[in-house]
Order: sequence, then C-alpha cells, then structure tokens
Amino acid sequence: MPLLKLRESQIMKIHYLTGICAVFFVAIHILFRLIMPFGQSLEFHNVVANYHNIYYVILLELILVFISIHGFNGLRIILLELKQNQWWESTITILVLAAMIGVIAYGTRTIIIGSQL
Amino acid sequence: MSEETNKIKLKVYRTNYNKEESPHYDEFDVSVKRWTTVLDALLDAKSYSDSSLGIRYSCRMASCGSCGMKINGRPRLACYTKISELNDQTIVCDPLPNFPRIRDLVTDFTEFFAHHKKIEPYIHNEKVSIDVVKKDDLVEFKQTPEDVDKYLQFSYCIKCGLCYSACPTVATDTKFPGPQALSQAYRYTADNRDSGESTRFNIVDERHGIWRCHFAGSCSNVCPKGVDPALGIQLLKGHLIGITKNDKKIATLRSKEE
Repeated sequence: MPLLKLRESQIMKIHYLTGICAVFFVAIHILFRLIMPFGQSLEFHNVVANYHNIYYVILLELILVFISIHGFNGLRIILLELKQNQWWESTITILVLAAMIGVIAYGTRTIIIGSQL
Repeated sequence: MSEETNKIKLKVYRTNYNKEESPHYDEFDVSVKRWTTVLDALLDAKSYSDSSLGIRYSCRMASCGSCGMKINGRPRLACYTKISELNDQTIVCDPLPNFPRIRDLVTDFTEFFAHHKKIEPYIHNEKVSIDVVKKDDLVEFKQTPEDVDKYLQFSYCIKCGLCYSACPTVATDTKFPGPQALSQAYRYTADNRDSGESTRFNIVDERHGIWRCHFAGSCSNVCPKGVDPALGIQLLKGHLIGITKNDKKIATLRSKEE
C-alpha cells in the first residue's frame, strides 16, 4: 500500500501540520461556544442549528479529520516504541490506519445525519 | 603544604554474568583528598581492597571515554568527576544504564558502536578517493573558520556513551540510533567537505530513526565534552522536514601549488 511506504519525515510533516490545524480549528470551535452563554450554546436547538450551518459542518469535519490523523499517528508512535520487530510494526500501522479510517467514517456519518445533508 | 584527607564510602555495583553471580553492592572505605576523582577512588579500592573489581578506563583525562558510569544516579565520566564536587560522603557507582552489562561497572558497547557505524560517520565526497595509498595523492579541502564552526562542537564527541545511557528513548527502543549517532549524522551533514547527506538522511529517516527523539534533552545535560546532541538532532530534523535548508557549498580542493 503506497500510504505505508511514506517516509517517516513525510508522516511527521503530516503529523505536525494536522496538529497545528487542529489547534486552529478547535480554537474557532470553542469561540463559537462563547458567542452566547456556554450552557445555552449546548442546548439542543442551538446544537442542531449549528449542524444546519454548512460552514460549521465543514469546520466539524475538518476537526474530525485533523484530530483523527494526528491522534492515531501519535498512538502509532507510542506503540512502535513498545516492541521492535517487523510484524508488530506492520500490524500496528495497519490497525491504527484502519481505526483512523473507521473513526473518520463514523464521525462523518454522524455529521451528515445531524446536518440532514 | 599538607592537604586535608577525608574518608568516604564507595558503594560499587558488583555482578558477574558469566558466573551467574547475583547483583549486589560492595562497600569500600577510601581516603580522598580535594582533587581525588571517582576513578582514583575506584582504583584505590581495586589496589588495596578487592583486586577483582571490574572497571574500564584508559586515559584518565576525559579523552578516551572509557570510564563512563552512573555516579550518584547520574551518568558521568569517573576520571572527570571529583569526589569533592559530589558533596556526599557515600559515592554510589553503577554501570551505565541502557547498555548490556558484562561485569561490575563494565558494559558492552557493541550495539552503541554499531549504531555509530551505521550512520557512516566519515566524509563522503565523490571527488576524493578514500583508498589513498601514496602520500602524494593526499588532498586538502579549503575550509573557512566559519565553515568549521558549523560542526565543531559535535566533533568533540568522545563516544563515551553517557548521552546514550541518559536517553529515555534508547531505554525503550533498541533500534533507535541514540543521541550520539544522530548528532554525528548532523556533524557530517553540516560539514562542507561532505556530500553524502542524502545517504545519511535515508539511514536516519526511518520508523525507529531520528523522529523517535522526544527532545527530553538529557543527552545534552550529561555530555562531559559540552556537545549538545539534542541541538544536532533538532537541526537535522529541520533539514529532513524542509524547514531549514542545508545550503552549504561543498568545499573545493586545495591544489599542491597553493
């Protein structure tokens, strides 16, 4: 699989960029919570209203993608250091990649259902 | 003028894996003066108390890097550590962590040197043959003092292994080259006589390579020669990721007439 052939420096570049982007977009997400009293912003109709705003939906999707890539690669790095053999490294890489795709797919499904796109 | 003599207790880790001896500490009372080093104290104990004490040492002047050990919980060179600077009446000597142990304070450096060798720690330059036999075929590079400054501190490395023993990543990841090898990779990358950076980048840019450094910085903390391996590793990461460019111009050769 070509994705698994990426050099470690390329993976780490993606890791750092997704980390920076996640911080930026999560900051916007938090600011959205603060434009009205925090408790009120989490009330059902306000949350649903957010889901019906296409820009907010895109923001949520981007946060989901960036945090999933950054987080699962971080998990892969931690697990790689536990054992040093080819089987473990390949298994961890495949499992983490599958979990990342699964979380993004499930999250995207939730966002699509919530936004009634 | 006579110097004041103090008595200290030397606790030394003892074991012999060939004899399946269980690890324990032996205690020796040693007389020390203001300038007595830990190595002097260990040699005193070896000469007058227990000749079977296993220590590795050579130059006694922090040049060979043979006498690295953990002294009072910190990796240090025994010949470069004065008892008086430790401010303790009990000096505890352990073998270096992260190295396989052979006997007492002697550890096995095979893996450490294998990592060092793997990064090809020598000048790669297509213009110059490395198989020079005749003296007349020897060549010189033109290098300015500024060119030398870029890698000089990293060339002070004596391969004592203290940084390797202090590294938290080496403790868990046996394939990780360690701060010594990685800083030497940077040393040759920054050297403008060398043109083999792509070869070296391929070696360090792997799953268990340079990216597993978490920048704990303990390597730089323990280096007895003032080398900053953590800095070298971060600079090399910058080159690999493309944040910084290694825009060195390869040094020209000095002709015989010059």
